[in-house]
Amino acid sequence: MGILDLDFMRNAFAASGIVAVVAGIVGVFLVLRGQTFAGHALSHVGFAGATAAGLIGLSPLGGMIAFTVLAGIGMGALGERLSGRDVAVGIVLALSLGFGLLFLHYYTSFATQASALLFGNVLAVSTGTLLTLAVLGVVALVALAAISRPLLFATLQPELAEARGVSQRTTGILFMAIVAITVSASVQIVGVLLVFTLMVGPAAAAERLTTRLGPGVLLAALIALAEAWLGVIIAFYTDWPVSFCITALSALAYFAAVIATRQA
Amino acid sequence: MNAVELDSLGLTLGRRPILRDVTLAVREGEFVGVLGPNGAGKTTLFRAILGLLKPAAGTIRVFGETARPGNAAIGYLAQSRSALPQLHLSGREFIASSIRGERYGLPILGPEGRRQLDEALDLVGAREIAARPLSAMSGGERQRLLFAQALIGHPKLLLLDEPLISLDPRRQREVVELARRLCRELGITVLFSAHELSQLFGAIDRVLYLGNGHAALGTIDEVIRPAVLSPLYGSEIEVVRANGHIFILSGDARVEEDPHLHEHHDHGHEHHDHGHS
Ligand SMILES: Nc1ncnc2c1ncn2[C@@H]1O[C@H](COP(=O)(O)OP(=O)(O)OP(=O)(O)O)[C@@H](O)[C@H]1O
Ligand SMILES: [Mg+2]
Repeated sequence: MGILDLDFMRNAFAASGIVAVVAGIVGVFLVLRGQTFAGHALSHVGFAGATAAGLIGLSPLGGMIAFTVLAGIGMGALGERLSGRDVAVGIVLALSLGFGLLFLHYYTSFATQASALLFGNVLAVSTGTLLTLAVLGVVALVALAAISRPLLFATLQPELAEARGVSQRTTGILFMAIVAITVSASVQIVGVLLVFTLMVGPAAAAERLTTRLGPGVLLAALIALAEAWLGVIIAFYTDWPVSFCITALSALAYFAAVIATRQA
Repeated sequence: MNAVELDSLGLTLGRRPILRDVTLAVREGEFVGVLGPNGAGKTTLFRAILGLLKPAAGTIRVFGETARPGNAAIGYLAQSRSALPQLHLSGREFIASSIRGERYGLPILGPEGRRQLDEALDLVGAREIAARPLSAMSGGERQRLLFAQALIGHPKLLLLDEPLISLDPRRQREVVELARRLCRELGITVLFSAHELSQLFGAIDRVLYLGNGHAALGTIDEVIRPAVLSPLYGSEIEVVRANGHIFILSGDARVEEDPHLHEHHDHGHEHHDHGHS
């Protein structure tokens, strides 16, 4: 029996594929803007959101999206004042994880979900979740395509962009909202703790391999997709957790890119 | 027509007054050196001309129109450029982001954008440089690239905020010559901020000296005089000319307390070398 004859495997390929492409593309801008840590922190806020939603009987994915988008908008609004505030972001990150733990503590039957939330469980993606992921992916990519031009301008040349009437604040807020949606989707595949692996790893590898943006975006999406699908396949044949396989491939791709471009 | 007109202009940052009641006009096609100690308000004035800071009092007119953000007639080279050296992005891509970068949509240039880009790069002779990633450029090469970027879209006014920073004297001279050439050949009005008058000597038409909330605009002979500079430094200033150098001296104790105002200390006297070398 082939790997694609199984329903859950088909869903796993589709879900991880969609999320990988979106995360890879959004990740390019995240890396370019130096906001990778903020992205990492957003996923932790999402953990608190998902567990809080679960506690009051709502959809964890819904809670995660609501919390991360709100936090993303907040981070975007703080903008410049947040850059270099790694300590403050880190403390919010830890606090969110702490709250998530508290909510789990009071909702014990939800506790089985904890590991899936933290480390992902792509083999358990239902067709309903798959549909949600597709919608999230389309929303994120369409929004990113719409703002990518001023976003790039504001990222690379903030003063000049401002002088030309690009609002640093608006682009920053919109972008962090897009990041939040992407983070929420990524958590469904690799979990809260490992979103770096899809959102940052491929983009960082791609960034080293090309000096141009277009090819960089394409490369990041392809690397992320390859990592996700290969990860699922390796997991299928070895019985290792999918998330482990993806993180291993992501690290491999990044360090291979670093070594390949080292002399430059 | 005047390129820039300041009329009873007052600028404040937070509660802090930066300029008070400044009235002056920069003529079209002029090359003006903008000088003044750290914190005098050079960058703040540029930002106000760009429309990024609303006047607290008075008005700013740029080619007859009230200053507003998004004025395509102004090319700008900003002072803070700290993030650049780490970017592994080609110079071309970097500059390309500014071409109609305020529009929504995908950052795709199109033939017209590419033509503008090449034209600007050729003006400063940076086409080869621009093929390399920013991380693989020297400070001077990066500066040349930013210069090209400020020229995109045929601006009539160039605001260059300390383009000489971290350049060796030869490169400094090159950048000043480049600015002068653009000013003369294309008729672009240039405001060029710098820290030493000597860097601009012989190239500029007039000097705009800022300090202590005041501003003075005129030829070097008109501005570099005790009567003009003393209020700008808030202390008695002596100007000594010798061997083609201009020294700005101050014996005032209040000046010494303010590390902003002077860099050299010599027996209670302050020396500023403002001549050629
Ligand atoms: N947000 C703010 N609130 C109050 N004062 C400010 C603010 N931002 C800057 N300043 C002050 O405004 C003054 C003018 O700053 P500006 O950057 O225009 O000076 P500058 O002449 O460009 O100096 P430099 O030679 O160092 O570039 C400085 O003394 C600075 O400390
Ligand atoms: Mg300045």
